[in-house]
Amino acid sequence: MKQFLIFVKKEWLHIWRDRRTLFILIWMPVVQIILYGFALTNEVKNSNIAIFDQSRDVASLAISDEIAASRYFNLVKNVYSYKDIGATFRQGKIRMAIVFPQNFRNDLLHTNSAQIQLIADASDPNTANTLTNYAQSIINDYQQSLNQNQQLPYTIKAQVRMLYNPELKGAYSFVPGVMALVLMLVCTMMTSIAIVREKEMGTMEVILVSPLKPFRIIIAKAVPYLFVSLVNIITILLLSVYVLGVPIVGSLWLLMAESTLFTITSLSLGILISNGAKTQQSAMFTSMMSLFLPTLLFSGFLFPIENMPMPLQVISNVVPSKWFYIIIKDIMIKGLGFGAVWEETLILVGMTAILLGISIYKFKIRLA
Amino acid sequence: MQSEKVITAHELTKRFGDFVAVNKITFDVEKGEIFGFLGANGAGKTTAMRMLCGLLLPTSGQATVAGFDVYKQNEQIKKNIGYMSQKFSLYEDLTVSENIRFYGGIYGLSDAHIKEKSALLVKQLHLDGQEKTLVRALPLGWKQKLAFSIAIVHDPAIVFLDEPTGGVDPVTRREFWGLIYEASARGITIFVTTHYMDEAEYCNRVSIMVDGRIDALDTPANLMKDYSAASMDEVFLQLARKAVRSGD
Repeated sequence: MKQFLIFVKKEWLHIWRDRRTLFILIWMPVVQIILYGFALTNEVKNSNIAIFDQSRDVASLAISDEIAASRYFNLVKNVYSYKDIGATFRQGKIRMAIVFPQNFRNDLLHTNSAQIQLIADASDPNTANTLTNYAQSIINDYQQSLNQNQQLPYTIKAQVRMLYNPELKGAYSFVPGVMALVLMLVCTMMTSIAIVREKEMGTMEVILVSPLKPFRIIIAKAVPYLFVSLVNIITILLLSVYVLGVPIVGSLWLLMAESTLFTITSLSLGILISNGAKTQQSAMFTSMMSLFLPTLLFSGFLFPIENMPMPLQVISNVVPSKWFYIIIKDIMIKGLGFGAVWEETLILVGMTAILLGISIYKFKIRLA
Repeated sequence: MQSEKVITAHELTKRFGDFVAVNKITFDVEKGEIFGFLGANGAGKTTAMRMLCGLLLPTSGQATVAGFDVYKQNEQIKKNIGYMSQKFSLYEDLTVSENIRFYGGIYGLSDAHIKEKSALLVKQLHLDGQEKTLVRALPLGWKQKLAFSIAIVHDPAIVFLDEPTGGVDPVTRREFWGLIYEASARGITIFVTTHYMDEAEYCNRVSIMVDGRIDALDTPANLMKDYSAASMDEVFLQLARKAVRSGD
């Protein structure tokens, strides 16, 4: 028994002396609970919407007010044409548009029934569903209030139209998210491990003494993973289209180009991580902690970002996969072109430049 | 006889904050020489060698390697030196040929040249038939000899060996030194650090570092005479006992 306890004590000392891992073991659950508590809510709040009110009568304005006042919705814009609605959706500014037909109240009073059209961005089918349900319940409430002292009840029917994903397939929002995750994981983790492995084996020194410039060493480490990633991208796209039935509405070339850009961003991140890590294990750990979970949480594919508290929304801007997810969705599901995604592309390019710059700078000064 | 100086160092110093790792060392190494760079752990050997290899910039002092300045001509130095690290510098999950190909390639050897060298090397080391063996499967002695041969595959002016014979039995060590002699006879200068004092006696000249300084620099025979010692071991003990610093 005593031998056993001595061994246990030794194991405990190992853990205790490895402060970094201990920190993560104890601190991580705390961070996660807090994060999960605040960020992960399926409750939809503050979703951006637009209203196209062709009637502007007492009834339509009353309903509009109710909706705008609701904490679920954030009225961003009043639009004045269907074309306007289309454009606003394409810009990604709204999740839902509510359309009142002309003579809304008149129809209601004279025929006891009227229609309201709800158009939702179904590239995220769950949110679209939730939003239309909320809107319908508000409309129903108004309907109830009208029916208080009525003989013949009024009915306001909501006609729902789901844009981009009429069948509300979950795969539509899922596939782009998984692409971002997989690329991130493969590229970043593997690159950082590859570089640190050299350090661990002791061959790094010999390489550094050779005529090969440090910059080239780093790039050479990343290149095979660029190819592996391209294969991954193609595989995922093939499976999505032919097995999951997710279409590629936009330009395939643009899709590949943007994916390649994101791959390079992830590789740069991998290189940066490898600079700080001394062992392959810590490289892997750092990659996981700093990337996998934030990508999962903050890219927006599992939990819409606008549902998170403000500080977390700000943090999500730093996560490259958030921007990639927007780009992929826009191209694949909404069929948009470069004009719609150039801003996000620019952000990714900027991030890549910064990451590479820091990595190379740090790699160089280590030698002095 | 005018000998070409392959390494020159004059008051070469390296400071890390307040700590002076290498303190104004001054010495020369001649072409074809086997120069032993000795010292206890923590004496500053590795740091000094790093500066000569272009891995570390000196804080002050001058040095040239193969005629090139360590401050300004780093790139040229790297092209003209070979290096064998303590961990042998071979990739365990690559085959013998793949390792030769890799190192030959990054030192700029042409494909034809690499092929030629490869065949020569394999024959020399009696590795015929083992070209496709993973290095991991080779016995330690063979790995070492292969690592050394690869370090000089591009026929550099000088090769730096950082404790190359660690953990190997005396017979293999002797064979390894056989290779070193051969290389030296071909005109390659050997700069070797070692803990084994009997190996010190194989060198043409030897320097002993203590606390960042070079406290002795001469042929083994002269040193043994000067310190009235029967072996290099004793010379080393006498000098190292004065050391203030300890351990790496």
